[in-house]
Amino acid sequence: MKYDTRPFKLLKNEQIADGIFDWTVENDELCRLAQCGQFANIKVPSKTLRRPISICDATDTTLRFVFQVKGEGTEIMSQMKAGDTVEILAPLGHGFTIEEGKRYCFVGGGIGVPPLLYSAKQTENPLVITGFRNKDLVILQDDFRAAGAEVVLTTDDGSAGVHGFVTDVLKERLDDIDVVCACGPTPMLKAVAGVCRGKVECQVSLEERMGCGIGACLVCACKTKPKDGEEFMSQVCRHGPVYNAEEVFFDV
Amino acid sequence: MSDLKVNVCGVEFNNPLIAASGTFGFGREFSEFYPLSVFGGISSKGITLSARPGNPSPRIAETESGILNAVGLQNPGVDHFIEKDLQWLKEQNTVVIANIAGNTAEDYCAMAEKLSDTDIDFVEMNISCPNVKSGGVQFGTSCESVGAITDAVRKHCKKPLMVKLSPNVTDIASIAKSAEYYGADAISMINTLTGMRIDINTRRPIIRNNTGGLSGAAVFPVAVRMVNQVYNAVKIPIIGMGGISKWQDAVEMLLAGATALQIGTVLFNDPYAPVKINEGLRNYLDENNLSSVTELTGKVQLW
Repeated sequence: MKYDTRPFKLLKNEQIADGIFDWTVENDELCRLAQCGQFANIKVPSKTLRRPISICDATDTTLRFVFQVKGEGTEIMSQMKAGDTVEILAPLGHGFTIEEGKRYCFVGGGIGVPPLLYSAKQTENPLVITGFRNKDLVILQDDFRAAGAEVVLTTDDGSAGVHGFVTDVLKERLDDIDVVCACGPTPMLKAVAGVCRGKVECQVSLEERMGCGIGACLVCACKTKPKDGEEFMSQVCRHGPVYNAEEVFFDV
Repeated sequence: MSDLKVNVCGVEFNNPLIAASGTFGFGREFSEFYPLSVFGGISSKGITLSARPGNPSPRIAETESGILNAVGLQNPGVDHFIEKDLQWLKEQNTVVIANIAGNTAEDYCAMAEKLSDTDIDFVEMNISCPNVKSGGVQFGTSCESVGAITDAVRKHCKKPLMVKLSPNVTDIASIAKSAEYYGADAISMINTLTGMRIDINTRRPIIRNNTGGLSGAAVFPVAVRMVNQVYNAVKIPIIGMGGISKWQDAVEMLLAGATALQIGTVLFNDPYAPVKINEGLRNYLDENNLSSVTELTGKVQLW
């Protein structure tokens, strides 16, 4: 079994920042299959489409999701209570590729930060550079520290941490790292890919509006060109969400 | 034990549920959940003569009880389908339907000819895709054009041929009659209703194609009405679809006049929907002392 849909028990739903919620859900079968950078498709009462949410952390029996209220579906999710049952399809997609013996740098922007936590836990002494619009949106800093990461915080307005963008910090640290794994808004990913080009390997996790979540309906298309392959419209839910940055056309 | 088997144009389906084209790819992703034989049949992703990349993203937007999509017939082309997917699908113990779409009548004829030399069980001619610039729905919106394309493809298609109709027309019964007259063996209906959603912050359509096709529970009553209209106008079987989400909907669509059913959008919400719908259908038949699902077709009593 690669993925399936099952009822999960919501163990915890806590607001951790402005409009940002932290879920822990429990299921005995599916959690142990999760790999870093994968996501889940979460059924929301009264909604036709499930909500694709990245896996922030995982144990053998739990998954953690940190999500932002962006619309009606995530609003409903934010109001669910511990003890509720949630139908979740997981784990989905192609996550980050982690190799031993390399130093990883995880670069996250805003609500792109959560999937980097479980990923950072798979590496030794990772460097984590996260950026947020302002101090009210900062999340997961203690979690990354607890995972043994060197953590650098940036904010766009300087209200917490370094005043500036994640790329300002990344540029100064390229000599310290072997691989960059990034997740965040597309302009940030494009900028991170630009900083890394020709210097260090860069993996990016993309976001797209999804349907089935498993690669059948073809709605979450992204134009990509695999190394040594031909250009094609790949499915972010199946071929991604993580791609080598050099495969992705950011401006389509 | 009640019987869910249905026979459409000499092709036997183990149950009346068919996976609707475009929601199911070529089946591999869903085979992770269950053997594909839970479906009576599978209609392939819309296939064109040459590979198509499809539309740019976003290709989907949610609506009240439904979705809009504008994938734009992304597919690897008919030859790739025949070489790489058909054999595997044929091994899944379910009826395999090739859904074909073209820019020109010649495209449709060429594909029908290629598929006639394969093991495919059925051809579904899609003349109702609202999301491509040329071809697609332009063939499906007048009696003359539906008649002409059906006539042309019929001459090249040795397989049973179902014609998939667009709901974006004024008189679907006349169009169905035209398809029947020119040789369609069955009608499948309805394709999606053209719609649009706008992001109020960016003031841009959510879908990059601006418009998309509406599907899901929101379209169900429209589909039921149209299936019933066509049932009263033609003698050939109807494969009913459009928003079927639960077993009660399946019963309703059969009563309206469908011989078999397609389900699609509900799979995004619940991939196990076909298992649940078939179970509900079976219970309904038992409770009503019906031995076969075929006894429901067209049994609505109009006022």
